[in-house]
Amino acid sequence: MLTYVIRRLLFSIAVLIAASILVFWGMSMVTSPIGFLREQPNISEQTIQNIEHRKHLDRPIYIRYGYWVNDMVTNKFGTETVSDIAIYPDLKRALVHTLQLVLVAELLAILVAVVIGVYSALRQYSVFDYTATTFSFVGLAIPVFWLALMLQVLFVNIYLWFDVRIFYVASLSSVDPGHGLNYALDRAQHLALPVMVLMVASIASYSRYMRASMLEVVNSDYVRTARAKGLDEKRVTMKHAFRNALIPMVTIVALNFGGLLGGVVVTESVFALDGMGLYFITKLNAGDPYPVMAFLMVTAVFVIIFNLIADLAYGWLDPRVRYD
Amino acid sequence: MTEQLPTAAGVPSGAAPDLTLSYESGVELKARSQWAYARMRFFRHKLAVASLIFLIVAGVVAAFPAVFAPYSFEEFDFDHIVQGPTLDGWHLFGTDQLGRDYLSRVIFGLQTSLWVALLVGVIATFLGTVVGAIAGYYGGAVDNLLMRFVDLLLVVPFLVILLVLSAYLGQGKPLRVGMILAFLLWLGLARIVRGVFLSLREKEFVEAAKAAGAGDLRIMFRHMLPSTLGPIVVTLTLLIAAAILIEAALSFLGFGVQPPTPALGKLIADGQAEGFASWWLVTFPGIVIVLVVLSINFVGDGLRDALDPTQRQRS
Amino acid sequence: MPEPILELRDLTVEFATEDGVVHAVTEVSYDLHPGEILGIVGESGSGKSVSMLAVLGLIPMPPGRIASGEALYKGKNLLEMPKGELRKLRGGEIAMIFQDPMTCLNPVLTIGYQISEAVLIHNPGTGDDDAMKRAVELLDLVGVPYPERRVEQYPHEFSGGMRQRAMIAMAIANNPSVLVADEPTTALDVTIQAQIVEVLKAAQRETHAATVLITHDLGLIAELADRVVVMYAGRVVELGDVYTIFNSPGHPYTIGLMNSLARLDTDQERLEPIPGQPPSLVNRPPGCAFHPRCVHSQGREVCRTDIPELRIFGEAGEHRSACHFSDELAARDVVGIGAEPS
Repeated sequence: MLTYVIRRLLFSIAVLIAASILVFWGMSMVTSPIGFLREQPNISEQTIQNIEHRKHLDRPIYIRYGYWVNDMVTNKFGTETVSDIAIYPDLKRALVHTLQLVLVAELLAILVAVVIGVYSALRQYSVFDYTATTFSFVGLAIPVFWLALMLQVLFVNIYLWFDVRIFYVASLSSVDPGHGLNYALDRAQHLALPVMVLMVASIASYSRYMRASMLEVVNSDYVRTARAKGLDEKRVTMKHAFRNALIPMVTIVALNFGGLLGGVVVTESVFALDGMGLYFITKLNAGDPYPVMAFLMVTAVFVIIFNLIADLAYGWLDPRVRYD
Repeated sequence: MTEQLPTAAGVPSGAAPDLTLSYESGVELKARSQWAYARMRFFRHKLAVASLIFLIVAGVVAAFPAVFAPYSFEEFDFDHIVQGPTLDGWHLFGTDQLGRDYLSRVIFGLQTSLWVALLVGVIATFLGTVVGAIAGYYGGAVDNLLMRFVDLLLVVPFLVILLVLSAYLGQGKPLRVGMILAFLLWLGLARIVRGVFLSLREKEFVEAAKAAGAGDLRIMFRHMLPSTLGPIVVTLTLLIAAAILIEAALSFLGFGVQPPTPALGKLIADGQAEGFASWWLVTFPGIVIVLVVLSINFVGDGLRDALDPTQRQRS
Repeated sequence: MPEPILELRDLTVEFATEDGVVHAVTEVSYDLHPGEILGIVGESGSGKSVSMLAVLGLIPMPPGRIASGEALYKGKNLLEMPKGELRKLRGGEIAMIFQDPMTCLNPVLTIGYQISEAVLIHNPGTGDDDAMKRAVELLDLVGVPYPERRVEQYPHEFSGGMRQRAMIAMAIANNPSVLVADEPTTALDVTIQAQIVEVLKAAQRETHAATVLITHDLGLIAELADRVVVMYAGRVVELGDVYTIFNSPGHPYTIGLMNSLARLDTDQERLEPIPGQPPSLVNRPPGCAFHPRCVHSQGREVCRTDIPELRIFGEAGEHRSACHFSDELAARDVVGIGAEPS
C-alpha cells in the first residue's frame, strides 16, 4: 500500500510541474503582458518600461517561466502587472470561501446520491426509482447559472410576499454577522442556496451511476454466492454489494471535479460570492495574465490533491489496485 | 461383431434437417436487418420518440426564425415595455426592456445555440472518429499520447479552460465559439471510438480480412467503423447537450457569442440585470434550454437502448 | 436404496422476458439419495442449473417463477418454506459450488473472511478467531498450500484452481448433507480440472454429502457419478445409474451424446455431432422437444404431437427414458461406451 501511495505522490508532483509549464506556455500563446500593458490607458511609456523590467517581460519565454516559478514558490505568486499589488492575499481569501462552498456541497451531494442510488437499485422500477431517474434527467438538463437565478427569483419573491428571509440570495455574509455561532449561522444562510445549486448537478449524475453500479453488483456472481451461503439480504447488501458498488463512484466523483469547478465559477458569479470563481472572472476580464495564471495553478494544485485523495480512497476500497 | 448405431449419415434425407430448420426459430419470424431492429427498439421508447418530435419541431422553428417568430429580433415597441406574457399582440413570452417580443428573441437565441451545437457536433465527431480510430487501430505512440491527453483534460475544469480560451481567442461569431468547444469535447468521443477499435482489432473478422489482403484503411472503414456508429451517435447526443449548456454559460458570463448575435445565455443575463419582478425575462430562455437538453438526453437514452441493447442500463 | 434426501417432483420454472416466457425447467422429477453422487448432464440451456438454483431459492423471482412442483428435502417442501428457514439451510445443510471462481468470490474481501463468514452465519456464537481457524483447516483440506498465509489474501491473489478449492472449502464448511456442484471444472484448465476432481472426491469423502454434479462434461460424469440424469430443453429425458447410461443409453439424445464423443478404443474416421441446434426455450417444438434432431424418430407423427413420458426402460427398474420408441432402442443391440463397473 505504501508504495502505491508514494508512486501516486511522485506522479502528482510530475503532473504539477507539467501543468505549470502548460499554463505558462498556453497563456503566453494566447496573450501577452506587453500587449495588455499597451492597451491600458493612462500609462506612460516610462511606467511600461519599468514594469517590463520588473517583470522581466523583455526576456525569452523560458527565463520568464523561471522567474514566474520562482515568484510562485518563494514569493507567493508575486504581484499584479500594473498595480504591483500582491496576488496572494486576494487569492487566499477567495480560496477559503470557495472551499467552504465546494466541500459542503460535494460531501452532501455524495451522501445523498449514494443513498438515492442504492435505494433506487434495490427498489428497481418502483415509484421512487422512476422519480429519482426523472429528477436526474432534469437535473442534468438545467443550466447551473439558470438554476441559481431561478432560486434567487424564488426566494426574493418569498421575501417580498411574506417578509420572511429564509435564505440569502447574494454575497457571503450580512453586513454585521456577529461572532461564533451567529457568524456560522449567517454564513450558512448565505451559502445555502449556492450549495443547493451545486448539489443538483452532482446528485443527478452521481445517483445515476450509483444506481447502475449497485444494480450490476447486486446481480453479480459473488453476491449470488453470498446468498448461497445463507446470508440475509441486509448483510448481502451492506457487506458484499455496497462496498463493491462504491468503487466506481470514486472515479466518477474524481472525474466530475472539473465540471464542479465550472459550476462554482458560474454560481459564485450569480450569487456574488467572493470566491475563486468570481476572482477568476474578474481577473479574466481585466486582462492581466498573472493573476489568471496564479488562479490556474492553484486550481491545478487542488485538482491534483483531489485526485490523489481519490486514488487513495480507491486503493483503500479495492485491494486489487494496491499491488499494481 | 457389435452393431454400429445408425448415424445421421444413414438417415433418409429430408427427415432431420427440414424439421430442424423450421423449428429453429419456432414461430415464423421474418428476417430483418439490424437497422430495422434498432428502429423497432427505438420506437418502443415513447419518451424518446416524443423528444425526437419536439427536437425536430424546435429545429425547424430555429432554422427558419423569420418564418415562425411573430416579430423580428430587433423590432422595438416602446408602447409595451417590459410586459409579462400576454396574448395581446401575441407576446407569449412577454417583452423586454426595449419592448421587443421575447418569444422571437428566444427563438433567435435558440438558433444560435443549435447552430453552435451542430458545429461542435460535426467537428468533434470528425476529429474524434479519425483520431480515435487511428489510436485504437494502430496503438502504440499515438494511442499513448491520446490517452494521456484525454486523461489530463478530463480532470481539468472544463469551463475554466474554455473561458480562458474564449477570453483571448474565441469571442464573437458562433463559428469560433463552436471550434473552441469542439476543441475540448472531441476528446471524449475519440476515447470511445478508440475503445471500440481496440476491442475490434482483436476480433477474428479483422484477421480474416487481413488474410484476404485488405489494406488497413479498408479494414478500418468497411469493417470496424460500422460497429462504432452506435456508440458514436450516443456520445454525440451527450456532446451536443453539453455544448448547448456550455454555450449558454459562456454567453451568460459575457464570453462566447457576442452581440449582436442573439444568445440565450445573454438574454438571461440581461434579464437578470432587469430585476426579479420581470421574472419571464430570466425564466423562459432557461425553460427552453432545459427542454431542448432534456429532449436530447431522452433521445440519446433511447438511441443507446436501440443500438446497443446488451448495455441494458435502464436508467 | 435408502430414502432419498432430496426429491424433485414435477418442478416447472419459467422466466418472463421481453421475448416471451422462457420454459427453463418443465415437469422435472428426480431423486437424490444420501451419500451418492448424482450427475445431471445436458447442454447449455437444458435447465440443469436452473432446477437446482430454483430449489435453493437463488433464482430472482420477478423474472423467474416457479410455476408448479415441489422439492422435498428430508420431507419438507423447500419451495414453500418461509424464506428465513430456507436461508438457514443454504450454506449449512445444503451448499452450492459455482462455475466460475473468478467472478464468484467477492474481490474486496479476503478468502479467509469469506470462508469464516460461512461458518459464522450458521454457527452463531462462534468466535471470529475460531471461525478463522476453521477456515485455515478447510483450506488445508482442499489442498491449498500454506493456508495460514493464504487465508489473509484476496481472491485475485489466488490462481483459478485455488479459487475453486476455496469455493469448495466454503461449501463444505458446515458439513452439508447436500452439495451441489454447478459446472465446477468448466472454467478451469484441463490439468487443473483433474486436481479439482480429486478435491471434490475428497470433499465428498469427508462430508459424506449427497452430491449433485451438474455438468456437460461426460468424462466427469463417468469418473464421479453414481447415477445420471440427462436433461434436454428443460425436461428429463433419461435417468439411470452411470454404467447403464453409458453402456446402454436408452434415449436418442443420450445415444447422440455418446456417439459424439471422441474415443480412443474404436476406429473413428469422423466425429458424429448431433445435427441441428438446441431449441428455443420460448418456442419449443411441439411434442418431443428433441424430435427435429432425432435420428430414430424418422419423422413419425407421435414424436411431433405427444410429449413422451419418462418410462421404465430395459430390465433394471431404475433406468427410465422419455422416448415414444424406447422399445425399439431396447430391442436393438445398442452398444454404448462399453464401460464396466470396476
